[in-house]
Amino acid sequence: MIKIKFPSDKKTLAALNAGDIVSISGTLYTARDAAHKRFSELIEKGLPLPFDICGQALYYTGPCPAVSGQVIGSCGPTTSARMDPFTPELLDKGLAAVIGKGKRSEEVKNSFKNNKAVYFVAIGGAGAYYSDAVRKTECVCFGDLGTEGVYKLTVEDFKAVVAVDSSGKSIY
Amino acid sequence: MVTLNTDRIKDAVKEAFFRICLRMDDDVEQKLSELADKSEGLEKFAFGIMTKNAEIARTKGFPLCQDTGMAVVFLDIGQDVVLTGEYVEDAVNKGVREAYVNLRKSVLSPLERLNTEDNTPAVIHTRIVEGDSVTVSCMAKGFGSENMSRVFMLTPADGTDGIVRCVTQCMKDARSCPCPPVILGVGIGGTMEKAALMSKHALFRTLGSLNNDAKLAELEAHILKSVNALGIGAQGLGGPTTALAVFAESYPTHIAGLPVAVTVQCHASRHSVTVIKGEK
Repeated sequence: MIKIKFPSDKKTLAALNAGDIVSISGTLYTARDAAHKRFSELIEKGLPLPFDICGQALYYTGPCPAVSGQVIGSCGPTTSARMDPFTPELLDKGLAAVIGKGKRSEEVKNSFKNNKAVYFVAIGGAGAYYSDAVRKTECVCFGDLGTEGVYKLTVEDFKAVVAVDSSGKSIY
Repeated sequence: MVTLNTDRIKDAVKEAFFRICLRMDDDVEQKLSELADKSEGLEKFAFGIMTKNAEIARTKGFPLCQDTGMAVVFLDIGQDVVLTGEYVEDAVNKGVREAYVNLRKSVLSPLERLNTEDNTPAVIHTRIVEGDSVTVSCMAKGFGSENMSRVFMLTPADGTDGIVRCVTQCMKDARSCPCPPVILGVGIGGTMEKAALMSKHALFRTLGSLNNDAKLAELEAHILKSVNALGIGAQGLGGPTTALAVFAESYPTHIAGLPVAVTVQCHASRHSVTVIKGEK
């Protein structure tokens, strides 16, 4: 099992190969459909994103509410393909990795290669399992979107598979 | 004639959704655990996490998946039952509202995309049936899999081979999106909406159960073999188990057609059936 920590850098990520199982720790930012739409609108207007995405990883998830004693509710990955229209522009701005589930378009695959970025897949439906890996959460922006807002997660031993590596090689 | 207060339907709906969102069916958990034991590589990794997920959900009180679904409720109301209390659909929605307090609210208006904030309304299918009880069948339908569901209006010439082909194509297009291994509900015949409804209702069966109709049982086995030959595997990571089961229902159709609907269900097959007896 390869250990990796976010934020990361292109040199570290270049060592990963499609099909590798990794254990991720450090910081992940949640973002799914509605947050991506807002990122894209900001970019279109020439405005800065609400946080620096350089070297960071986005996790496509919309968690359940946390109940008493829980850090976060269930938070498994959602389908990545819905984020395809938005991913290349974020990778161009320095985003290092994304985590979701399912295959990506050719254009997005090429964008991972061109930007030396990595796409990880987590196991879909394993919401309870992944919530167990989250130590801390903090709302960063778009809190009005509820579950679709952007939350900074501190994770430990978050297991995933390298689906598209920085050379553009894919497991699909 | 018996009476039944709709408050009891509300309670049944609330109890069902809360339970099914937090606990994997024993038959599915058992099957995933067996697959984790006998598989290898990435497939073993995926099945291992799915099994661990079910255990954490059960022991720590987390929903199995963050997509706790849209509530689908089949109400089979016995014709000898007189319903008392509030309007039955309001009772069902109240049950959903109360169950989803700590579950994800995923329901919104389709155009404005404004969240209803309580996961209502449920999709309710009501039928009048024989008898003096009400059967409440609840399904928490996640949309990773629902988005992959399809209707095919085949021609009579397409026949059984056409059915196998289109269900296989449905899963080939879906690939890893519906969180395989999936369970496929297949509705054959009727009209377009009848086929769709049967494909949903078919998913209330238990894993390992045999279809009472021998022809359909044979067709289910044929489709399962064809879908598993796709090699999509657990979570799309490759392998021989893309579907755990195929459950089919059929109904007479028109001489000019052969409607086939497929509801794709992820491995967390969250469903429950409760029978409530009326009171004399």
